[in-house]
Amino acid sequence: MNTLSEDLLISRRIGLSISTEDLDAAEVAETNRDTVGDYTVFDPKITARDVNVFYGTKQAICGVNLDLGNYEVLAMIGPSGCGKSTFLRCLNRMNDTIAECRVSGKIHLDGENIYHQNIDEVLLRARVGMVFQKPNPFPKSIFENVAYGPRLHGMTRDIGTLWDIVESSLRKAALWDEVKDILEQPGTSLSGGQQQRLCIARAISINPEVILMDEPCSALDPISTAKIEQLIDELREHYSIAIVTHSMQQAARVSQRTAYFHLGDLIEVGATNQIFSDPLHPLTEAYISGRFG
Amino acid sequence: MSQLLLVAILLALSAIAYQLGRRRALALDNVNGGRTRLHSRPSHYAVLTMLWCLFPPMLVFTVWSVVDTHVITGLLVQDLPAEFQMLPMAHLELVVNDIRNLAQGNIAAHADDPTIQAATGHYQQLLQINRFAKSVVMLLAATAGLAIGWRLISPHLRARVHTERIVNLFLISCAALAILTTIGILLSVLFEAMRFFQTVPVTSFLFGLEWSPQTALRDDQIGSSGAFGAVPLFAGTFLISAIAMMVAVPIGLLSAIYLAEYASRRLRSIAKPLLEILAGIPTVVYGFFAALTLAPLVRQISEAAGIEAASESALAAGLVMGIMIIPFVSSLSDDVITAVPQAMRDGSYAMGATHSETILRVIIPAALPGIVGSILLAVSRAIGETMIVVMAAGLSANLTANPFAAVTTVTVQIVTLLVGDQEFDSPKTLAAFALGLVLFLLTLTLNVIALYVVRKYREQYD
Repeated sequence: MNTLSEDLLISRRIGLSISTEDLDAAEVAETNRDTVGDYTVFDPKITARDVNVFYGTKQAICGVNLDLGNYEVLAMIGPSGCGKSTFLRCLNRMNDTIAECRVSGKIHLDGENIYHQNIDEVLLRARVGMVFQKPNPFPKSIFENVAYGPRLHGMTRDIGTLWDIVESSLRKAALWDEVKDILEQPGTSLSGGQQQRLCIARAISINPEVILMDEPCSALDPISTAKIEQLIDELREHYSIAIVTHSMQQAARVSQRTAYFHLGDLIEVGATNQIFSDPLHPLTEAYISGRFG
Repeated sequence: MSQLLLVAILLALSAIAYQLGRRRALALDNVNGGRTRLHSRPSHYAVLTMLWCLFPPMLVFTVWSVVDTHVITGLLVQDLPAEFQMLPMAHLELVVNDIRNLAQGNIAAHADDPTIQAATGHYQQLLQINRFAKSVVMLLAATAGLAIGWRLISPHLRARVHTERIVNLFLISCAALAILTTIGILLSVLFEAMRFFQTVPVTSFLFGLEWSPQTALRDDQIGSSGAFGAVPLFAGTFLISAIAMMVAVPIGLLSAIYLAEYASRRLRSIAKPLLEILAGIPTVVYGFFAALTLAPLVRQISEAAGIEAASESALAAGLVMGIMIIPFVSSLSDDVITAVPQAMRDGSYAMGATHSETILRVIIPAALPGIVGSILLAVSRAIGETMIVVMAAGLSANLTANPFAAVTTVTVQIVTLLVGDQEFDSPKTLAAFALGLVLFLLTLTLNVIALYVVRKYREQYD
């Protein structure tokens, strides 16, 4: 992975030295924005086909097709307002909580359409967990933060088992050693990085199959970021992970596949290695070489 | 010179002071081709000069107003004929009062006495001189202040610092005024209460079970035992407040949750002001409603159920009071629930929680300090409420927990003790101050508890 980020740095430097002019708006508009690259995977966990999202009359996502494979990390990158977070929030129907938001198209989780009327979004969200941009621990103790999901879904009635769940979740989130003696303290008393790992522990406490991460490190310092990136790499063994990030280095470090969004379109998707070393689409090339974003 | 003219002249002077200060500062700034640097902006110098112009006349006015009555009275007495000066102090005061009344055109006892009439003329003359002298001295002080302030302006004068300090002092004195008023009220109640406790022991007041404040004027009067046991009053207060809170807390809290979490934006914008109107209805109107509509209804229903009920009952007063304080609970709770960050809700939804689970387990705990605060505010409102109780719960001090019986509250008794002609040395009247003192201590304790609770939860959750 080191070599990859070194490659990336070199390519960025070259890109910058060769051409520093920005792509102007007309040039972007003329560019063909059909998806380049293979958006399917052999063994998909989630398949999204022809997904459109509207906020009122404004279209935020235009006909996106994208698969998330089992036990992989899929990174979604792109300039601000490109719809990557909106797409992420479609995958566990978090967009349902926004009144003026409308979603069309088909999203299947293990072959089941999650927007079918018989699907209960509450049960769906128990299978597809989410970690947000800003750490949002509940106003409860560290223990209660992690025990929230298991209690909610009646996973156990036995306090001993609950303790086991909390401990294993915190261990998986690499937070146990730091908080094992202060479990009764409020979750908000932790540092930002610890709070975000607490939120990850909370998300995995109910054994989801997929974890969605919406810029999980953007509010954190570099050391906390490194810890969380390492954690994401470890979590890949058990979960399928989709992560939205502004940091291309982060995408390169943690993901196996990368999808590049631009103004609501999925421009290019492919193996992370290929996207950063040999992008096929001119917009992708322009973005990763830092000419806009 | 009329007071209005004086104020106008002072304001004009201060405006001139502002302009003069500003000009001088600007002129100083331009000396040496702008190379001397003023410490502050010209407007700071201007404000400082204006304050110099305004403060001395205000000081003169305050001191003068405190002193002048004594001085004038002294002068008046000095010039009275010798036979008046021989009079004892109390009698002399009466004469002076007569002169004052006559001077103001009121009815006086000895209006046709020539000496008095002469003295009155003299008094009016003195008053006029006094008024004129006061105005002149104030204007002189203003001018002198202006001159000093203007002279003081120099590049080294730290005008901004001085101005800030003066503004600061002014604000401090405003805050001090509010605190001192509170202390003054407390002390005046405290001293009257202490006079009461000289006749009635504290223990029998605080722990006595009978309240019957009619004291006998003559020894042979019956039915005037003069018992001052406050327990029935506080029991009645708590009973009615408890009934009111039983109405207001559930309804207020649940409607707050509905408004904040479920209602559409449009419905909320209509329903919330409507609910708040409840707080704006005069309590007398609530009293009508309680006494004429609800109390008979309560009585009918309870008699249909085979329970004996008085025509004035704690239940009727408590129910109506509860309705009155619903907006205190609902409006504040609605605000704190709305203020819970969206990130909190998102986090809970993302865990697969339903809307109601999110409200119950995340939003309410997060909003709890504010909700507790709103409830305690409502409690102190309920304890202090008087009018509804007078009209709907009666005046009889029964020590009972039966909500169908007539009870009375502390505030109602304070009102009945002080209404009408009262002698201020009888324990009956003074009892009102003792009740007020205990009530004050009660609400103070409540507020301290409220602050403690809010702070504790805040430490834990924020």
